[in-house]
Amino acid sequence: MTEITASNAQEIEDKEHPMGNLGTPASNAKHGERALGFWFYLMSDSIIFALLFANYEVLINGVADGPRANEIFEIGRAAQETALLLLSSFTFGMITISALSGKRNLALIWLVVTFILGAGFIVLELLEFKELIDDGHGPQRSGFLSSFFALVATHGLHVLFGLIMLAVIAAQMLSKGLTEPVLSRLYRVGLFWHFLDLIWIGIFSIVYLPGIL
Amino acid sequence: MFGRLSMDALPLYSPVALSGAAVTVLGALVAVAVLTYFKAWGWLWRNYLTTVDHKKIGIMYIVLALIMLLRGFFDAIMMRSQQVMSVAGEGYLEGDHFQQIFSAHGTIMIFFMAMPFMSGLINYLLPLQVGARDVAYPYMNALSFWLTAAGAGLVLISLVVGKFSTAGWTGYPPYSGILRSPGVGVDYWIWSIFISGWGTTMSAINFIVTIIRRRAPGMKLMHMPIFTWTVLCASIIILLCFPALTVATALLGLDRIFEMHNFTNEAGGNIMNFANIFWMWGHPEVYILVLPAFGIFSEVSATFSSKKLYGYKHMVSATAVITIFSMLVWLHHFFTMGSSAYVNAVFGIATMIIGIPTGLKIFNWMFTMYRGKVRFHSTIYWLLGFIVLFVIGGATGVMHAIVPVDYNLHNTTFLVAHFHNMIIPGVLFGYLAGYNYWFPKAFGFQLDEKWGKRIFWGWFLGFICAFMPLYALGLMGLPRRTAEIYDPSFMPLLVVAFIGACLVLFAIIGMLIQLYVSIKNRDKLRDTTGDPWDGRTLEWTIPSPPPEFNFARVPYIDEIDGYAEAKRKGESLKLGPYEDIEMPKSTPIAFIIGVISFVAGFAAVWQIWWLFFVSLVAILAATIVRSYNDHDEYEITAEEVKEIMESHQGVSS
Repeated sequence: MTEITASNAQEIEDKEHPMGNLGTPASNAKHGERALGFWFYLMSDSIIFALLFANYEVLINGVADGPRANEIFEIGRAAQETALLLLSSFTFGMITISALSGKRNLALIWLVVTFILGAGFIVLELLEFKELIDDGHGPQRSGFLSSFFALVATHGLHVLFGLIMLAVIAAQMLSKGLTEPVLSRLYRVGLFWHFLDLIWIGIFSIVYLPGIL
Repeated sequence: MFGRLSMDALPLYSPVALSGAAVTVLGALVAVAVLTYFKAWGWLWRNYLTTVDHKKIGIMYIVLALIMLLRGFFDAIMMRSQQVMSVAGEGYLEGDHFQQIFSAHGTIMIFFMAMPFMSGLINYLLPLQVGARDVAYPYMNALSFWLTAAGAGLVLISLVVGKFSTAGWTGYPPYSGILRSPGVGVDYWIWSIFISGWGTTMSAINFIVTIIRRRAPGMKLMHMPIFTWTVLCASIIILLCFPALTVATALLGLDRIFEMHNFTNEAGGNIMNFANIFWMWGHPEVYILVLPAFGIFSEVSATFSSKKLYGYKHMVSATAVITIFSMLVWLHHFFTMGSSAYVNAVFGIATMIIGIPTGLKIFNWMFTMYRGKVRFHSTIYWLLGFIVLFVIGGATGVMHAIVPVDYNLHNTTFLVAHFHNMIIPGVLFGYLAGYNYWFPKAFGFQLDEKWGKRIFWGWFLGFICAFMPLYALGLMGLPRRTAEIYDPSFMPLLVVAFIGACLVLFAIIGMLIQLYVSIKNRDKLRDTTGDPWDGRTLEWTIPSPPPEFNFARVPYIDEIDGYAEAKRKGESLKLGPYEDIEMPKSTPIAFIIGVISFVAGFAAVWQIWWLFFVSLVAILAATIVRSYNDHDEYEITAEEVKEIMESHQGVSS
C-alpha cells in the first residue's frame, strides 16, 4: 500500500480570493470559487449584448421612412449618462477600498453616492426614452428603433438590477457588518457594476457616436 | 383581470386534444393520489423537493426526461399514424392540430427530454468522477433543475389550457409573429424555453467551476475521465451559445407583445436576424447534446473491453476541435434562404471538416474494442448500434453539406431522417447506455439484463424501420411537416415507418417493464461491491448508492483511469483518516422560485400582467432572502462518517 500524505489535499485549497485573503484558506477558496463562477456568468452576459449589438448593426438602416440615428440622438445627454456611469465606477472603487480597510461608514457613504449616480443614469435614460416615444419614435416605429430600444433598455435593466444589488449589499453592511461573506458579495456586485460600464462604453461608441457624427 | 385567459382556452375544439388534456390531468391526479396513499409527501419534500444534493437532483432530471420522453413519443406516433391514415382517407388530425403536435414533439424532445437527460447524467456523475463532494454551487444547481421543470410544466399545461405553437420547434418568424400566430401557442414556446434556458446556463457555470476547482488532489486536466472532458466542452458551448437562444426568444417575444419590428417583414425588421441568432445557439446545441454521449461511449467502450481507452489524448483534442467548430457551421441550417454562393460554400466546407474529429472518435472506440476482452453486456450494445447507425447519419449529413444537394433535399423527409439519425443513435443511445451503466451506482442494484437487450433491439430495429423509409420518401419528394398525403405511392414506406414507431413503442414499454422487473428482483441484482463492471474511474471506488458525502476520504489520483491502475497495483486511492465533513443544507427556496417562475411564465403567456409582476417581485424577494444566508452548511462528524461507511458491508474503506 502506497501512503499518500494528507498535505496533498491542501494543494487545492491554497487559492486566494481575488480581493486578498478574507478568511481561512478554505473559506478563501470558497469565495474565490464564487468569483470565478461570476466571471463565467459575465462572459455569458456579454454574449447577450454582443448579439444585441449585432442585431442593432444589421437593422440600423431599417428605418422604414422613420428617423435615422443622427436625427434623434443628442450628444449632450449621452455624454451626461456616460459621465454619471463612469463616475459611479470610480466611486464603486472607493466602496471597495473603504470596505477592505474596515471603514464601514465610509464605505456606506460611497455606496450611497454610487447609488445616486446610478439612479441618475436611469433617470436620464428614462427621460430619453420618454422623449423619443412622445415624438412618435418609439420601439414600434421601425426595426432600427426596435433594436435600439432592445439594446439600450437591456443595459438599463442591468443597471436597475445593479441598483437593487447595491441596496441589498448596503442593508447587509448595516445589519451584518463587513463580514467575510458580505465582502465576497461586494466583490461580485463590483464586477457586475464595472461590467455595465464596459457595455455602456460599447453602446456610446457604437450607437450614439456614429449616430451623431 | 385574467388577460387573454377565458373558457375558450379549454381544449373542447377536438376530441383528440381533449383526450390529450385528459391524459395529462389524469396523470397528475394519479401521481398526487399515489403520493397521498403512501403518505409520501413528507418524504418527497424532505428528500427531493428541497434537496441540494447533486445525486438526487440528477435523478429528478432523469425522471423528468423519461416523463417527457413518453409525451414526446406519443406526439411522434400520432404523426406517423396520421400520415398513414391520410393516404387512404382523411386521418384523424386537423392540420392545425398536426402542426401543434410536431412543434411540441421537437420542443419537448430537444429541450425537455434530451437536455434534462444530459443534465441528469452529468449532475449525478461529474462530482463522482472528479472526486468532489458536490458541485460548486449546490443551491444554484437545485435552482437550475426547478427552472427546467418550470419550462417543462408550461409545455405540459399548454395541452390543457390553450394551444401550443404551430410554428415548429424553431419558431421562425414571420410565421411565429403576432400577425400570423395571434394565439398563445408561440408564447408558450417562447416562455418555456426562455425559462429553462436560464436554468441550463446556470448548470453550465456550475459544471465548469466544479471541474476547474473541485478535482481531487493530484488530478491534472489530462488525468480527467473522458466523460468529464466532454462535460467541460459541452458546458463551454452552453455558456457561449445559450445567450443566443435567450436573445432570439426575447426579441421574438418583444415583437409579439409590444409590436416591435426586430424580426418582422415590414417596418425595417429582418427575419434573417432570427435565423442567424437562433442557429448560433441551435447548431452548437447538437454538440452540447452529443459530446456527453460521446463521453459515455468512451467510458463504456473502455470498461466493457477491460482496456484503456484507445488514444485518450486524441479524444480530448477531437472533443476540443468539435467544440470550436460547432460554433462555425450554424449557417448550414439555412443554405436555401438566399445567402451568396460564397457564404454557403464556406459553411458547407466547415460542416464537412467537423466530420473529421468525429470520425476519429469512431475509430478510437473501435480500436478500444479491438483485441480487448469485450463483454457483450447490454450497455455496450448501445455503442455498437450507435457506430453502425451514426455513420449512416454522418454520410447523409455530408450530403447536406454539399449545397446544391441540400437545395433539393431541404424541407423533405430526407432531412428529417438525417437529423433523427444523428440525434437518436448519437444522443439517445448514448444516454441510455449511461442510464444502464450507472444505474447500479445510483440505486445499488443492476437493471434486468434480458429486458435491457430487448429494449436495445426495439430501439435499434425500430429506428431503422422508422427512419430509413423517410430517406427514401424524401428522395421521392415528400415534404416534411405534411398532415395529409394524397399520393398512394408513398403508402408502403409510410406503413414501414409506422411499424418502426410501434417497435419503438415496444422498447419504451420495455423500459417501464425493465424498471418493474429490476425493482422486484433487486435482491438478486444487488451490487454489494460498488464496482459491478470492473470500472476504471473514481465513481466505482465508493459504495452503491453513494453516501451523501460521496467520498468518506479524499481520493488521490494522478493518472488516467487511476482506479483501474490502483486495482492492478493493489494500491489505495484514499487519503488519511476520516475527517469531519461539511455538507450543504437543504433549502425550499429553489423549489419555490421554480414554482413562481412557472406562474410567471403562465401569466406572461396569457398576458395577466399584474400576476407576472407580482411573480417577478416574489422571485426577487426569495433571492434576496437567500442572499442573507451565510451558513448553509452542516457538519457530519468523523465518527458518523465511520459509522455510515461501516454499514456498507463488503466495501473496503
